[in-house]
Amino acid sequence: MEKIGVFVCHCGSNIKGNVDTAAVVEQISHVDGVAMAVEYPYMCAEAGQAMIRNAITEHGLTGVVVAACSPRMHEATFRKAAERAGLNSYMVEIANIREQCSWVHRDTVSATKKAVALARAAVAKVHRNTPLHPGESSVTKRALVVGGGIAGIQAALDIAEAGFEVTIVETTPSIGGKMAQLDKTFPTLDCSACILTPKMVDAAGHDNIAIHTYSEIEKVEGFVGNFTVSIRKKARSVDMDKCTGCGDCWAKCPVKRVPSEFDSGLCNRTAIYTPFAQAVPNVPVIDRTNCVKFKTGRCGLCRTVCQPGAIDFDQQDEIITENFGAVVLATGYDTISLDKFGEYAYHDSPDVLTALEFERMTNAAGPTDGRIVRMSDGHKPKSITFIQCVGSRDITNRGKTYCSKICCMYTAKQAILIKDKYPDVDVQVFYIDVRTPGKNFDEFYRRAAEEYGVKYIKGQVGKVVNVGDTLHIQAVDMLEGRHMDIQTDMIILATAIQPSATAKTTAGMFSSSVDQNHFMTEAHPKLRPVESHTAGVFLAGCGQGPKDIPETVAQASAAAAKVIGLLVKDKLMTNPCTAATDEDLCNNCGLCGNVCPYGAITYESKLTASVNNALCQGCGACVVTCPSGAMDLHGFTNRQLMAEVDAICK
Amino acid sequence: MLEIMKQRAKELLESGRVVRVLGWQRGDFPNLREPVFFTTAKQLDNLEYDRFCAANLSKYLIGTDVPTLAFLKPCDTYSLNQLVKERQINRQMTYIIGIGCEGSAKLTDMEENGTLERCLVCTKTVHAAFDELIGEDAAPREKNDRFAGVGEIEAMEIAARYTFWQDHLARCIRCNACRNICPVCHCKKCVFDNTKYDTAQRANASAFEEQMFHIIRAYHVAGRCTDCGECNRACPQAIPLHLLNRKLISDINHMFGEYQAGTDTETPGPLTNFDIEMDKEVGL
Amino acid sequence: MQITDFNPNIVAFCCNWCSYAGADLAGTSRLQYPVQVRIIKVPCSCRVDPLFILRAFQRGADGVAVCGCHPGDCHYATGNYYTRRRMALLHNMLDFMGIERDRMLLQWVSAAEGAKFAKTMTDFVENIHMLGKNTRLADWRVVNAGNNETES
Repeated sequence: MEKIGVFVCHCGSNIKGNVDTAAVVEQISHVDGVAMAVEYPYMCAEAGQAMIRNAITEHGLTGVVVAACSPRMHEATFRKAAERAGLNSYMVEIANIREQCSWVHRDTVSATKKAVALARAAVAKVHRNTPLHPGESSVTKRALVVGGGIAGIQAALDIAEAGFEVTIVETTPSIGGKMAQLDKTFPTLDCSACILTPKMVDAAGHDNIAIHTYSEIEKVEGFVGNFTVSIRKKARSVDMDKCTGCGDCWAKCPVKRVPSEFDSGLCNRTAIYTPFAQAVPNVPVIDRTNCVKFKTGRCGLCRTVCQPGAIDFDQQDEIITENFGAVVLATGYDTISLDKFGEYAYHDSPDVLTALEFERMTNAAGPTDGRIVRMSDGHKPKSITFIQCVGSRDITNRGKTYCSKICCMYTAKQAILIKDKYPDVDVQVFYIDVRTPGKNFDEFYRRAAEEYGVKYIKGQVGKVVNVGDTLHIQAVDMLEGRHMDIQTDMIILATAIQPSATAKTTAGMFSSSVDQNHFMTEAHPKLRPVESHTAGVFLAGCGQGPKDIPETVAQASAAAAKVIGLLVKDKLMTNPCTAATDEDLCNNCGLCGNVCPYGAITYESKLTASVNNALCQGCGACVVTCPSGAMDLHGFTNRQLMAEVDAICK
Repeated sequence: MLEIMKQRAKELLESGRVVRVLGWQRGDFPNLREPVFFTTAKQLDNLEYDRFCAANLSKYLIGTDVPTLAFLKPCDTYSLNQLVKERQINRQMTYIIGIGCEGSAKLTDMEENGTLERCLVCTKTVHAAFDELIGEDAAPREKNDRFAGVGEIEAMEIAARYTFWQDHLARCIRCNACRNICPVCHCKKCVFDNTKYDTAQRANASAFEEQMFHIIRAYHVAGRCTDCGECNRACPQAIPLHLLNRKLISDINHMFGEYQAGTDTETPGPLTNFDIEMDKEVGL
Repeated sequence: MQITDFNPNIVAFCCNWCSYAGADLAGTSRLQYPVQVRIIKVPCSCRVDPLFILRAFQRGADGVAVCGCHPGDCHYATGNYYTRRRMALLHNMLDFMGIERDRMLLQWVSAAEGAKFAKTMTDFVENIHMLGKNTRLADWRVVNAGNNETES
């Protein structure tokens, strides 16, 4: 015989002010299976909880309904109270009569009627509740960081410092990411390399950190605490153990005209190369698509000159498989292609640069040794024009609708760097809005405009034409409402950033999702900003959304804190509200497995589907897909929901 | 053609390649052709194949665990594929002889023009799976707008649509013939028979119970229904059940892209799949 | 029945992560919406079985709303993509069978959209008022029988 206790909370006057709680108690006490019903000013207070505990013991309650505030507030509180009195916590249901009743309906009579209906639905559900018990799963105390930019490096260092092993997987031959390419950083004008390279070296030298560069994620299996990840280590053609990083190989390499990725194509590299001088690891890679040896079979100069004999043309891709308890996805960003933006003449003139190209140019270690010159003739420009929002905040369907966030500030930075080096150069900036939220950001921008005399013009550029050796810009000054036809020697485009090409597939492998722009989605935009939708997978850096370096580092450290918080646990409690198959009904048709976002459903038994409780997150997609009703979801069973429907429609 | 079929069946049976043969034989009524498993060469003398062999034999292959030869018309092979996809049929245990089809006839029609509606508008005139073919796949039908009937109902006023279905479904006697003959209704136990889920039928006193049954039945086979038309053929009350299925097929085609269930054994069905960009247009 | 006397019965299935939280936000913001709306919590909009919707209509609901996270924001990554397809089909199917399509509503409401939740429900109830009592899908046997709990 069911004995259900109903506890109606006044929440001071929050509920009682609009709901006749005495009437709710009176009416609900006549419902079948309700053994007792009481009201109390604050059910969540210790005295209220004691009432619930005592009633469970005294009346031998088999189920509890608390008609109170939202379950999002105190469901956990009341479940704990029941548990303490020896009642399974999943035998407790909440009727939300505050947020969804007393606060949204003014008429006491009808609000009371609704409160009764909600309580009745909860009672109907509890009738069909069954005790549930969370399972346990183990935790592999190692972390994987995907992406070796500043986000990945920071996360790895923090996790490693806490005493856990970390593996970094980076697709390019060196860690460092985009930050390694930058010259100075806003708003302090710190040298980017000077603050990054020590961290790269720390990571490389840390006992707890293993770094796999030139590597990709091949396959992911498992779930929080127990991921099994296959990593493809692409053939470097250089033996990591033998190479001393002397550089003789690339000095002798005859292929010298491959555009350098690191220098944004402003200069060339060889076929065997290290991307930059401070690369970690300092071991070159043979780019097999451009190497003469791989193209024609002849050459092999690098092997001849390599004294330690590290060059290995026969090296194959290697796949290693490791176990991890937690994962940080820090896959970073790329700039968008400018193919659709012909109006800026980027492909027509070498003097139109992207901001990232300019970073390399102004960098003392860059292709021009930090001199700012026109790529067309090597002359110093007299006038430089910045164009902002190239492909950002775009409404023409060619670029991105979002704001890339960092461009206003780096444009101000680059303008200042130019003025610092060459005060005589005219610098102007075309902008839609200047957005400078951030510590010392607006001050920095005003310095550019006021102290350095950078000319800010509100308006977008309509067209750039390359005439002879000057660039003609047609634009509109929106504040003065006049058409402008000006000439400049060099243009720098603040090109929109987008998640790196691998973000979507990488997120997919970890059952994590991306948004319409392929940025990885966080579990909650406000309250869970570094967690992905998949338990145990965390997000850091621009893969999650545009952000600057301090924000990236902060998010990386936050993700690391989440990882550490997970890895210190020996066991994880699993959510008992998972799907399960009724083996008598399941005919193994496979429909449920198709819709499971977590790959939690397998058909290994050949006879029925089986659900891995550790993987299942309890969405219920499979349940609705199952035509026979063989699949059901604990805590939200067909019977429970149907009973709620029946009760609520009365 | 029937002679070739018998001969091949006997050969395969005698060679041990298969241990039984799924085909048709004459039933108790003049034009009744009933599905049957033959296990000896002698029995195969009774094999029939003519216009009245309308039954879709693929459902009889569910769970086959001995090598079985089945004669399948082009449209039946779509059901076969769908059932292989849903792991109800082990294709390795089947040997499919695709047989040519000019359209099947209604059981009760002695006249030449008694072709089934489904055959008049057939789009599945080419076998989707077979191990060998006997006879030729037919040319696509000239009159093949199978959605015309759906369009007619869509064009009605809403009240007329309601009356139309109310009138038809009120005749339902819940004999479950539609469910039992449907190849993809292969649940061990129908959700409408399951007392555990509060969905089981009580007395069928209310018209709505029938509506609910037919809505959910059509819905459960949505994206899996090959439009074989067997539900319509089997209904003793002449309820145009195929229109419900075709409505869903037509909507799936419009909203989620053209899809013919049973074309292959891999592609996920439209309700167990999604297309983020395309689905924006669904308009909900 | 006179429309003025008509007190519609509205069931709203809300996913736990977005729409239920959105409804809570409407509450904390004290945004009023019609009292006839009664919410049933589901983990994800993809947990809403068409059977539940028909059952609600059968048991006397005049309108049924399904609310979930915006596409792309599903807590379970992809659940609402299935919901979207399923509900689009069900919606058309009911319409095809002569049941007013406005009796069923699918709406995306995020945890931050308390105002949208209140407005959605206000508009929905207004539409149901215009449609009047659901007679086409109600099971009169059950509704007339009053308060008898149906046996399982």
